[in-house]
Amino acid sequence: MVMEKVNLVYERPESLATTTTHYCPGCTHGTAHRLVAEVLDEMGIREKTIGVAPVGCSVFAYDYFNHDYVEAAHGRAPAMATGIKRVRPENTVYAYQGDGDLASIGMAEIVHAAIRGENITVIFVNNAIYGMTGGQMAPTTLPGMKTTSSPNGRDVEETGYPIRMSEMLATIDGASYVVRRSLHNPANIRKAKKAIRKAFEVQERGLGFSIVELLSSCPTNWKLTPVQALSFIEEQMVPYFPLEDFRVMPEVAAIRV
Amino acid sequence: MALKGTIEVDPMHCKGCSLCVDACPQNVIALDMEHLTPKGYHPAHLIAEGCTGCVICAIVCPDAAITVYRETKKKKVA
Amino acid sequence: MAKELLKGNEAFAEAAVRAGLEGFFGYPITPSTEFLEYMAKRMPSVGRAFVQAESEVAAINMVYGAACAGKRTMTATSSPGFSLMGEGLSYIAGTEVPAVVANVMRGGPGLGNIAPSQGDYNQMVKGGGHGDYFPIVLAPASVQEAIDYITLAFDLADKYRSLVFVAVDGNLGQMMEPAELPPMRELPEEPPEWAVYGAKDREPNRLSSIYIDAPDEEVANVRFVKRWLEIEKNEVIYKEYDLDDAEIAIISFGVAGRVCSSAVRVAREEDIKVGLFRPITLAPFPKKEIAALSKRVRRILVVEMNSGMMLDDVKQAVAGRVPIEFYGRMGGMTPFPDEVLDEIRRVNQNEEEIADGMERVEWLERLEKRIERGE
Repeated sequence: MVMEKVNLVYERPESLATTTTHYCPGCTHGTAHRLVAEVLDEMGIREKTIGVAPVGCSVFAYDYFNHDYVEAAHGRAPAMATGIKRVRPENTVYAYQGDGDLASIGMAEIVHAAIRGENITVIFVNNAIYGMTGGQMAPTTLPGMKTTSSPNGRDVEETGYPIRMSEMLATIDGASYVVRRSLHNPANIRKAKKAIRKAFEVQERGLGFSIVELLSSCPTNWKLTPVQALSFIEEQMVPYFPLEDFRVMPEVAAIRV
Repeated sequence: MALKGTIEVDPMHCKGCSLCVDACPQNVIALDMEHLTPKGYHPAHLIAEGCTGCVICAIVCPDAAITVYRETKKKKVA
Repeated sequence: MAKELLKGNEAFAEAAVRAGLEGFFGYPITPSTEFLEYMAKRMPSVGRAFVQAESEVAAINMVYGAACAGKRTMTATSSPGFSLMGEGLSYIAGTEVPAVVANVMRGGPGLGNIAPSQGDYNQMVKGGGHGDYFPIVLAPASVQEAIDYITLAFDLADKYRSLVFVAVDGNLGQMMEPAELPPMRELPEEPPEWAVYGAKDREPNRLSSIYIDAPDEEVANVRFVKRWLEIEKNEVIYKEYDLDDAEIAIISFGVAGRVCSSAVRVAREEDIKVGLFRPITLAPFPKKEIAALSKRVRRILVVEMNSGMMLDDVKQAVAGRVPIEFYGRMGGMTPFPDEVLDEIRRVNQNEEEIADGMERVEWLERLEKRIERGE
């Protein structure tokens, strides 16, 4: 059937580069990237946006977006984003991080960026494992979850419990918008996009620090098919990491997206 | 009656992950086992009539590989 | 501008502001803290960015961000903080963005103390972090020099898209001397074309130190080496005192160099033909000039506040032409002019050859006696 341009209802966002990504088939990093790109397009801010890439599977994020980007040292993206935003407050600056980058080595940097209420946006992709380095335990790995550095399953006696970053960051007065969403099905992806849009609106309106935690899949290191991996998020991760709004300042709540 | 839609899947980006196959409410998407993309994946493609242009496949696609079209409602002639 | 009595760290900070600093990111650490405290007041007063970071690790990464954004940026720290910055420094160098770091050296290693030292010479001239990169290192010896060379540091950083370290020590940071500050510079209107400032009407700029394919990394490294060779050719700075007819040359930098110049003055009154060669760029090191010097003198004395770090660079440049003696104080001890004068008198009488490695052995024997005497 022939469809004309007038019938176009969805196409690849302009804020994504044409480069193909190296992410595994079915990895929802790609979905998160796509949502950020759609939001930048819809807000018309691609040309003033500067992204900060982490170390992890998304280390090459700077090749996948069609806007200015810098590469941070492991865990330091919120600090690098702070440096950029403080000297270029008129630009839109976001940090994109995984669970090792943000919740392990970068724990101090994310907490202090929130404490200072830096006017940046953070996209936190939580897949409960270290993907790039081959599947080690992450601070967000679930109890009993087998990884290459917890081969018998995460033993909470030895290694403690997974950290709930959004809940913790929500206790910080400097944070204006702290929410957790998931990428495991279309309804949740839609909600995730709304949250990402709201987070960038927080920055554009000068309302402070925003972070969206996204429960995400790692089919390869979870040793599941892409479709099975989405079920893992729904059945195993969501009960531990509830999908809620943990901190929404009144001025932020008033924003309609 | 449901609107008609169609999709185009970009063979450069599709990794044959099957998330769209699983998500399509009309079950009209499958991986094309007869062909390989330049990267060596079996790309997704429409296998039957029935696409409504609902965009759900594009919503779940991690690679933004899908372009979606939907016919507009025919206007009533006064 | 007229001279005023200015205090070390504050004067250096003001010099940086006047040179066009737009972002200061630091963490308190003695004896550099006054830099931070001065910046906390001054930067907001001129509408520029100041952040007290949560650590030196965070501070250097904030500097990295601001540098990528094409703005003049710096941090100031002291030895343990400088160590923390190692990875960030390597990233800044690998990404080829300009940044200035002031290191107010203190006694070490480890936590050490807050007394002045020159114990980070090796760490700084070798880069402080991993990989093949070459920062410029400037070593002022007075408040005026620190003002002048911090200003120069920003110009060199931008000229070469390079890291520039300014090596001061606790003495200099706390010193009050008459000095002149330069006028406030206009800030640039346009960002550098390589920076990230929003991809409007151009392709995105992607700043990274990643070259995942080794051949590409090698090409980048070739560029770094070539840049360094250019810097070595053009940017060596040093000062000479009383070397025209000297038979003995003292080589010393920073505050130690200043102590030596006092000793040289007194020694000259005793008719000892001694002069001082004071490197100001520790990197690029004045190898050619010291090699030439070693052809004119009969003996060299290196004086440092460490265990002999610049000593090795001097030995390399001298290439065995003349005997080299060493005098060092460590752990935060500053040599006094009379100590150096004793050394000059001794060196003046000494005709012995010195086998390689013995210069430290002989020095330690003398130093331990001093320590026993409570000097």
